[in-house]
Amino acid sequence: MSREETCLTMTTMTESITDNPPPQAPVPNDGRQRDRAEGIVLSEYPRQETELGGKTIGKISCENPFMVVEDVNVYYGDNHAIRNVSLEIAKKEVIALIGPSGCGKSTFLRCLNRMNDSIESARVTGKIMLDGQDIYAKEQDPVALRARVGMVFQKPNPFPKSVYDNVAYGPRIHGLAGDRAELDAIVHSSLERAGLLKEVKDRLDEPGTSLSGGQQQRLCIARTIAVNPEIILMDEPCSALDPIATARIEDLMDELCEDYAIVIVTHSMQQAARVSRRVAYFHLGLLVEVDETNKIFTNPQHKLTEDYITGRIG
Amino acid sequence: MAIEKTTREKVEAGLARRHRKEALFRVVGMLATVVGVLFLGIFFATLVAKGSTAFKQTFVQLDITLEADVLAPGGTLDLGYADFDGLVRSALGKQFPEVTARADRRQLYRLVSVGASYALRDLIEKNPALLGTTQSLWVPASSDVDMLIKGNIDSNVDESLRTLSDQQIGWVTRLAARGRVESRFNKALFTNGDSRDPELAGVKGAVVGSFYMLLVTITLSFPIGVAAAIYLEEFAPRSRLSDLIEVNINNLAAVPSIVFGLLGLAVFIDWMALPRSAPLVGGLVLTLLTLPVIIIASRAAIQAVPPSIREAALGIGASNTQVVVHHVLPLAMPGMLTGAIIGMSRALGESAPLLMIGMVAFIVDVPGSLTDPATALPVQIYLWADSPERAFAERTSAAIIVLLGFLLLMNFAAVVLRKRMERKW
Repeated sequence: MSREETCLTMTTMTESITDNPPPQAPVPNDGRQRDRAEGIVLSEYPRQETELGGKTIGKISCENPFMVVEDVNVYYGDNHAIRNVSLEIAKKEVIALIGPSGCGKSTFLRCLNRMNDSIESARVTGKIMLDGQDIYAKEQDPVALRARVGMVFQKPNPFPKSVYDNVAYGPRIHGLAGDRAELDAIVHSSLERAGLLKEVKDRLDEPGTSLSGGQQQRLCIARTIAVNPEIILMDEPCSALDPIATARIEDLMDELCEDYAIVIVTHSMQQAARVSRRVAYFHLGLLVEVDETNKIFTNPQHKLTEDYITGRIG
Repeated sequence: MAIEKTTREKVEAGLARRHRKEALFRVVGMLATVVGVLFLGIFFATLVAKGSTAFKQTFVQLDITLEADVLAPGGTLDLGYADFDGLVRSALGKQFPEVTARADRRQLYRLVSVGASYALRDLIEKNPALLGTTQSLWVPASSDVDMLIKGNIDSNVDESLRTLSDQQIGWVTRLAARGRVESRFNKALFTNGDSRDPELAGVKGAVVGSFYMLLVTITLSFPIGVAAAIYLEEFAPRSRLSDLIEVNINNLAAVPSIVFGLLGLAVFIDWMALPRSAPLVGGLVLTLLTLPVIIIASRAAIQAVPPSIREAALGIGASNTQVVVHHVLPLAMPGMLTGAIIGMSRALGESAPLLMIGMVAFIVDVPGSLTDPATALPVQIYLWADSPERAFAERTSAAIIVLLGFLLLMNFAAVVLRKRMERKW
């Protein structure tokens, strides 16, 4: 929860500063200074501009939308974290959510499988349809939803159980395997698809926490796909990994998107460019621009998007 | 400033002071540890020095003729009425045939414990065929003789200030010279309940009483405490009410234990009419006492479970209950056990609330069930410490050693359990 909290305070901070912009001071562009003065940098773009700019630029819709997000707002207590976001996600596509820290991309991601439910002060309005069903409807059980919309987290978080039990956990609680042989098959195919089977074939009984960071994250991916979800949400899945492990995960995503839709939050523009078909740029809780990855990176329409991808903010 | 000091110079100027402070800090810490260890050492040394003698007891060898016409007049043996005492006395009299005066003989009989006739009765009960034979038996000496042998009675002190007269000391010396006095392992200390006679008094009643009480306490307080902690941490909505409950639980942990005794007296004995002096009631009172401790420790243990594990389970579609049962509980269990063991240790050492519910009574029988009258170890220690007989002093220390042993055993079990459950994440 701590990440969510920092995200929250960041938003509050940037907001309070944007409300009355200080005199424009030239901000030196070295990393340390910029971190500290992030709010000031953002304040060069008062909220009114984006709000006056009105609707999200680009194409929110897509062919054969599988998940449809309509006018979603998220509040943490009095804090308006997500503002009127609408977006469509197709089957078997990779869509990357980018934006500066505290812009609400993680919050948005966690709306898609109702992970925000466990935060007491969080309130979600609007509509999120999965295959024509409102996932925030009263009769929708979040447990059933999360079996269809899986999630991979920023920090690899395998259970302190064996590699086998990690992968078998989902199928077990959802009752997906009839007998031991079937469960074995699911575990093996999941590890295989996560590109981990070769490395852990003889170590299935060892604790998942004994693997290396990259292996752990692939284990988490195997654990997620073991339930055979329809969409996989990834919240900065490579931020704790080295470049080699990152490359492996990215390759994996290329393969996985043949079967699943993937929504990935990332801070790395290169990663977004490499893995995604579409990119959505968030800023202060607003979805500023969505388009094909090519278009966003070569010809961004909004000034904020352009400034972000060229490294002037964030 | 004429000469501007560089950063390096400033840092180096302060280094000596910093090192001094560090050394001082280390010395203070070490001193504190040494003082602690020293006190602990003194405590254990005196305890063992005073208590170890209680594990030995003086026995006297007597040739007792189990006369059939004394024990079974008219041919029928009635253990309840048979005069074992008389047999022991005549055997003792045979050792000193010159003692004939009534007053002297009475003095002589005081050398042997009443436990001698009990031992005789047990022997006959087990093997009635011994009737009519003469047996050479080791019977317990009286506690005064025991004290004399252990060197706790100074024969140089004026006779009127001693529990043994010069004459008695003389007899004991002669018995010893004949090889009929021996120090043996004091089995009675572990197999008997309480007694007015120190040489017959044992801790078994108190140990069993304490065991029953803790059994009640752990079976009630651990599940209730853990369940309450889980509910408060995982399911209860944050509200003014839950804050109030939290504050109250924290306060309860600091309530003086005798208050819980009064509560137990009012509720369990007066209102619910449960028996007095029973381990059941003691256990219930100690449950009230340990619950807050277990709840607080369990909540802390639950909070220490990394949120990433919770998220991982939720993200894969586990329900709240599954998250708790499959992940939070196993990871929090070592911490919860630590809390339980702290609570249990406190409960084991409590005497004040037990006084309130009548567990301070003089109870000879070893309790056979949860509702039998019983005492507990700390109360037994309190009772013995209060007794005037010299021999109870060493037994008090011995009982403390037994209590500490009990505690150590309990902690050891908890450590083993915890080690088994501990997992890395």
